[in-house]
Amino acid sequence: MSTVTHDPGPVGPDLAPPAGTTSARRFGSGGRRPGAQIFNGFSHLFLLVWAIMVVYPLIWVFMSALKSDAEVIRQPLSLIPETLRWENFGRAWTEGQLGDFFLNTVLVLAGSVTLTMLLGSMAAYVLARYDFPGNRLIYYMFLSGLTLPIYLAAVPLFKGVYNTGVLFPPLGPNKHLMLILVYAAWSLAFTVFFMHSFFRTLPNAIAEAGLVDGASHTRLFFSVMLPMAKPGLISIGIFNVLGQWNQWYLPTLLMQSADGGPKNQVIAQGLIELSVNQGYKSDWSGLFAGVTMAMLPVLIVYIVFQRQVQSGLTAGISK
Amino acid sequence: MRHGVARFVMGFLALPVALYLFYVVWPFAQAAGYSLTDWGGYSDRQQFVGLENYVRLFSDELIRKAFWHNVFFLITVPLFTIALALFLAFLLNVGGREDRAGIRGVFGSGLYKVIFFFPQVLSLVVVAVMWQQIYRADGQGLINGVLMKIGLVDPEDPILFMFDPEPFLGVPAVLWWLLLIAVWSGAGFYMVLFSAAMQSIPKDVFEAAILDGAGRFHTFFRITLPLLRDTVSVAWIYLGFIALDMYALVFVMTPSQGGPNHASEIFASVLNFTAFQKGQFGYACAMGVALAIFTILLAAAQLKITRRERIEY
Repeated sequence: MSTVTHDPGPVGPDLAPPAGTTSARRFGSGGRRPGAQIFNGFSHLFLLVWAIMVVYPLIWVFMSALKSDAEVIRQPLSLIPETLRWENFGRAWTEGQLGDFFLNTVLVLAGSVTLTMLLGSMAAYVLARYDFPGNRLIYYMFLSGLTLPIYLAAVPLFKGVYNTGVLFPPLGPNKHLMLILVYAAWSLAFTVFFMHSFFRTLPNAIAEAGLVDGASHTRLFFSVMLPMAKPGLISIGIFNVLGQWNQWYLPTLLMQSADGGPKNQVIAQGLIELSVNQGYKSDWSGLFAGVTMAMLPVLIVYIVFQRQVQSGLTAGISK
Repeated sequence: MRHGVARFVMGFLALPVALYLFYVVWPFAQAAGYSLTDWGGYSDRQQFVGLENYVRLFSDELIRKAFWHNVFFLITVPLFTIALALFLAFLLNVGGREDRAGIRGVFGSGLYKVIFFFPQVLSLVVVAVMWQQIYRADGQGLINGVLMKIGLVDPEDPILFMFDPEPFLGVPAVLWWLLLIAVWSGAGFYMVLFSAAMQSIPKDVFEAAILDGAGRFHTFFRITLPLLRDTVSVAWIYLGFIALDMYALVFVMTPSQGGPNHASEIFASVLNFTAFQKGQFGYACAMGVALAIFTILLAAAQLKITRRERIEY
């Protein structure tokens, strides 16, 4: 496969290019000039200030989650709680229903991300590599979804879901299966757009060789083309996981129960409600604990896979 | 053989297209239809009113306000985010020793990148709820608390943040505070994007510049920045979309979702207010269609402006 010249896709940006390989000679006396010293000092100062501006609020939220409510009000700024009240997390998990939110989110994402990736790459593959009447039309139909504001579709979408629910309850409002399908449908536009450009760059020779060897088109896709598109799949997969994890508008619109019963809320939606309800419950430490629990998993996943996430997301935009 | 291909193509397209048509295209098409009626949304009674809703848009005071707020975000969000991201990328990459060719990071640049990227992985809702606590208009909020402690803010007269409709430079203060959050959460991502682009510039370019006696500032402004053109223009387009989508922040953070006194109203919030509070679905759909047309025109214009020949290397 050494002749394959397809786009390597998201290869992590090399943080430090190999030093000294190309420049054996030293130019000038740069590093030692006092101007350069001052500049470096200034760089570090500013970078440090911005780093603090990013990290400090996060630490503050985490530390406030460990305080008592009285302490949140009395000493909102202190970063060291008098006693570490881990029970705030338990309360947010059960009473604040964070546990349910997590479960719902994971259930929905497991289905919706899989479905998005499968359907998205199938459609993109066919559109990118097969010529048939209507090809362009379908491609532009997917593309147009990128520019249309979701709010425009809100009312008819809700009506459509409601009516479907009357005919077939598992696809009605407040149902996991419905949200899985809606997420997949709304993620298709970008997934198709991204994977389309990816499949285009795959070499023809291998596809032809596969067909000559007697592979069916379906088999060619699943056992040859899809594995070759792996870098692209990883990028768009990360993109979809983050995007759907953070989705709040669609669930707020669709995950409401008609009879006032309990809602199957996902995490972002539940958090909004938790924060709006603060007005009369004023469980401040519980709210902070909820926010902490919503951000910790993504932050940990990000720190572990930071190379992949950074390159995956930036490749997603520069395609 | 031919027959087999056709079946394969149809088989692969059937499900995605059906799903997309039902949950995305059909609602949009219906919305376009409703925009020509006076449908209230709760009853089935609706009357065809032609373009009346669209005519009404132009004389609607609230819409005009929201439109200018959208334009404000459309200009400021990309402008400030890109400026800050470029500045951070510059500091991160142009520092270090000057005696070697190429872009290299200052000490610890890897760690900085990881940290600056944090807000990008957080949900906009998490960011909004967190900033709601930072922006509280009393001593319990992070900013007011700190400023009161060092005596810069009078405890009797705290910074109002989300409750401040007073104009600053002709724009309600609340919008500037929302802008700050957008820039805070976006800058790191674009900095990483720009850094990656900077590092993909081949080293010989820098070597040539250094041989010609260019210092680090010259190298940056005369070589690095022009070569980043493509990346910056892509970033501008994406940030434009994000700017149109400031709704999450407005929804979670501002009083009565667009307040105070409609000072932070944007297109999306007026649309939701009109549809769900006032129950004028037909009119709200007309707003949505107008917004969609505006978005498409904008995207087309941006593509046209930023499209230039690529520099290959």
